[in-house]
Amino acid sequence: MIVYDKQYDVIVVGAGHAGCEAALAAARMGCSTLMLTINLDAIALMSCNPAIGGLAKGHLVKEIDALGGEMGRNIDATGIQFRILNTKKGPAVRASRAQADKQQYRLRMKQVMEQQDNLDLKQGEATALYLEDGAVAGIDTRGGVRYAGKTVVLTTGTFMRGLIHIGLVHYPGGRAGDLPSIGLSDSLNAYGFEVGRLKTGTPARLDGRTIDFKRLEPQYGDERPIPFSFSNTSIEQPQVPCHIAYTNPRSHEIIRSGLDRSPLYAGIIEGIGPRYCPSIEDKVVRFPEKDRHQTFLEPEGRDTVEVYPSGMSTSLPIDIQWAFYRSIEGLENVEIMRPAYAIEYDYVNPIQLHASLETKLVRNLYHAGQINGTSGYEEAAAQGLMAGINAGLRVQGKEPLVLGRSEAYIGVMIDDLVTLGTKEPYRMFTSRAEYRLLLREDNADLRLREKGHAVGLVPDNLWNGFVAKKELVASELERLGKLRLSPSAAGEELLEEWQLSGMQNAISYEQLLRRPDFTCQELARIYPEIMELPETIREQLEIQIKYKGYIDRQLEQVDRSAKLEGTPIPADMDYSGLLGLSTEVREKLAKFRPDTLGQASRIPGVTPAGITILSIALKARSAK
Amino acid sequence: MYVRDTIAAISTPVGEGGIGIVRISGPSSLAIAHSIFKMKSDGGLKSHRFSYGEIVVPATGDVLDESMAVYMKAPNSYTREDVVEIQCHGGTLVVSKILSLVVGEGARLAEPGEFTKRAFLNGRIDLVQAEAIMDVIASKTDASLSLAQHQREGLLSKRIETVKEGILYALAYVEALVDFPEDDVDVAVDTDVLARVRPALDELDALISGFEEGRVIRDGVSVVIAGKPNVGKSSLLNTLLKEKRAIVTAVPGTTRDLIEEVVNINGLPVKLLDTAGIRDSEDQVEQEGVRLTLERIPRADLVLFVVDGSGAFTEEDAAILEAVGTKPMIAVVNKGDLPTVAVLPDSIHAVAVSISTATGSGIPELRKAIADAFMHGKAVDGREFVAVSKARHRDALLKSRFSLETFIGNLEAGFTMELLAIDLRDALAAVGEVTGETTADDVLDRIFSSFCIGK
Repeated sequence: MIVYDKQYDVIVVGAGHAGCEAALAAARMGCSTLMLTINLDAIALMSCNPAIGGLAKGHLVKEIDALGGEMGRNIDATGIQFRILNTKKGPAVRASRAQADKQQYRLRMKQVMEQQDNLDLKQGEATALYLEDGAVAGIDTRGGVRYAGKTVVLTTGTFMRGLIHIGLVHYPGGRAGDLPSIGLSDSLNAYGFEVGRLKTGTPARLDGRTIDFKRLEPQYGDERPIPFSFSNTSIEQPQVPCHIAYTNPRSHEIIRSGLDRSPLYAGIIEGIGPRYCPSIEDKVVRFPEKDRHQTFLEPEGRDTVEVYPSGMSTSLPIDIQWAFYRSIEGLENVEIMRPAYAIEYDYVNPIQLHASLETKLVRNLYHAGQINGTSGYEEAAAQGLMAGINAGLRVQGKEPLVLGRSEAYIGVMIDDLVTLGTKEPYRMFTSRAEYRLLLREDNADLRLREKGHAVGLVPDNLWNGFVAKKELVASELERLGKLRLSPSAAGEELLEEWQLSGMQNAISYEQLLRRPDFTCQELARIYPEIMELPETIREQLEIQIKYKGYIDRQLEQVDRSAKLEGTPIPADMDYSGLLGLSTEVREKLAKFRPDTLGQASRIPGVTPAGITILSIALKARSAK
Repeated sequence: MYVRDTIAAISTPVGEGGIGIVRISGPSSLAIAHSIFKMKSDGGLKSHRFSYGEIVVPATGDVLDESMAVYMKAPNSYTREDVVEIQCHGGTLVVSKILSLVVGEGARLAEPGEFTKRAFLNGRIDLVQAEAIMDVIASKTDASLSLAQHQREGLLSKRIETVKEGILYALAYVEALVDFPEDDVDVAVDTDVLARVRPALDELDALISGFEEGRVIRDGVSVVIAGKPNVGKSSLLNTLLKEKRAIVTAVPGTTRDLIEEVVNINGLPVKLLDTAGIRDSEDQVEQEGVRLTLERIPRADLVLFVVDGSGAFTEEDAAILEAVGTKPMIAVVNKGDLPTVAVLPDSIHAVAVSISTATGSGIPELRKAIADAFMHGKAVDGREFVAVSKARHRDALLKSRFSLETFIGNLEAGFTMELLAIDLRDALAAVGEVTGETTADDVLDRIFSSFCIGK
């Protein structure tokens, strides 16, 4: 091995959505950082759908942004259609989603990386970890170069032993058009990591010139697009529509006729695919009673005719793909530009990670993204950011940043991964969060800005803006609680309209806003000054006041579990010496090695009695 | 010091007892007690002093029961928090009503073992004691668990499973609507979901009433025979006992003492209480009997109000009726073998059974009426009703039912999905507490969940 003569603080392997955030975070924290990738033209490439956000994923993007990550700003700059989902539901489950211009997205991210101080970008394939004294000390590459680093973040995506399937044809690849990463997972295996196999898939890319859009229902973005990033106030670029199409019974017949040549049903694919993102053949087989399935035809960019048909991923043979896509109304003459395919890849059991995303087996080694069994750009980026931050903090000799389940979706996701592991590609859902009402998109900055600032990822100008916002919200909340509507001042007419006739005592503006349909706009009739506040502030006031009851209820639950979450279990805990534990519980605890009592309580199979014994043992231990 | 919200629970064993105790612990204990407990003397509850007063429904001012209350100021209490214990008459209904008043005033229903948990958290129980407690938990869950318990719990689990299925179905839909707004999840929430939730609610109702019925079978019920002198109360008792026990003569006031017998009525253990005829009397011994009778009525689970069908409904009858008040009651029209004269007033909302202690006619119907009053028409089969035998289970089921009812109410009121999901999750978590599959996040809640409530 030729040893490169520069010693890095942080080496990030991979330049996908996880790798980019990890490398940017480390470099911005002042660490000398190397990002190593198989293909420098594929930085932040959207390998599957050209979109960012959606339910729970939009939440993740806002959290990344609040902490000082790049994803929100990148999609704001390169999005071509913005929508807020679930507007008819409550604020906690409203989510932002945007179509991206796929090429612009990756180019802008590459530009940001290239202009980042402390960050080297290099093309090369990592083939093995280099360890010194049980801690990672660098990375060996196919080109025979060893890069030395104090910490390493692995973000390998679908590349480790990637295997592409189209019908019964299969060949190695990290993504259509890219080489796989060979050797690294063997290296991990050799150090004791449990390497498993997962599968995911992507639909064909269609030629937009051969789609009859006139016969399809268009879906437009929001009239007034709202940015993801807390540092942006508006989206200026024009927006483009998506279109909705449907499969029909004939499509399903075609799919069934090809099942005998499906690698999934022929048993060739061993990896487990995501249940929430099934291939079209899966949908047809599992829901035979449905006579149509919906697809959104998403443009891949402004300067390309390529179209992404969402929900139509498949690994069926190419001749079936031709016939199937053409069976859809409006797509009768469609030309496939890139075939749909399934891909199998290696991942590492995430229960072998601490909540900081550092591995339990190899010190200074961090894993983020699909290597941890997740799926999705946003999930990857969020982990990348946390791994980058924690690698940076390690270099600086500081304690890791771990977000709680009540603080962020990022916290929920990482806790789920490291305490439960995953058997299928893990995707974020709002229903995974027990404190869903607290974890809203609108308050991501209130929840996390401070933490981002503390680690050095939120520059002063953004921080000052945030502090001003936070103070404004607090002072206005207080004011609304104090200002009162007296029956005499309001006038009979208004009282009647607000159904307050006969009101005896003055009621506060806060009480008025607590009513379900009462908005700031309505309050402006007696308190016009409120409309002078920025819209984000008014939104914050309405949400915090209207949902106070529910929010308080959740805060109480958080409070009750705080003690458990805050009780650490020493890394050297000897479970074999604990009297009274059943064999099963003992084995589970020894296998998962939870970091806190809270984690231990969530491990399946660990009984309440087991937790009791453990907590008493911990008390006894600390008493010594 | 671990002071959180204020909790409350019934802390006497469930069933017929002389007294029932509702325990309240937490910072609002005293305020809550004062809002429902009206003392005979002024000045409010004093720490570690018993006070006499009445339980009053704050909304209506109705008096629920007379009672005693004791306030134990923190830290000199079981939990080391402010604690108030309200003692009342021991009928299940009264105690439950007081508990719901307390909850209505802002207390939260205590988790199983939560008083003990607080005692632990506030440092009243030390580690050694906690370890001893562990042994208890271990022995309960492992070796000492009897086969009968296994069977019982197996039966319960099966029924709980159907409840769970209904809630899960509803939750799955609500969550799908939240998390997949772009997919065409085609379901009419208010019809499809309600169609699944309602049966779950019914099953919960059945399980909860099964608990009451289980208690009834295990502990029996107390039935008071009341009526003016010489309407045939003792004859009725003897008929039900099928043997002469009380002295029966035609001279009014023959029964001077309370006579208590346990009889088997259609499989139900019934503690029958014959009383002195209630009327104004100058005979001191008899007066004593009358007093005892009046005293016992409030504690009975059921009153058999006996009237003489061959005579008119008199003021004396009306006075007794008043003493019975709102107690569950069966009107027994005796002397059905003679021409019927008495007409029961319309104000009696009770099952009326016509009998003759002389001929024995109507007695099977009366037996059935008594059993029905407790078993709601079901056959008395112990195996059916022991399913929910632990107060902890009953409380969890009550919580689940409350959450489901809130869910239905909120659904009809047009609440948004993510709020509805909270109610469903609460309902599911409560059911999970019974089967032990709860994913409750607070480990200490789990630690003490093996304890019976209110200890």
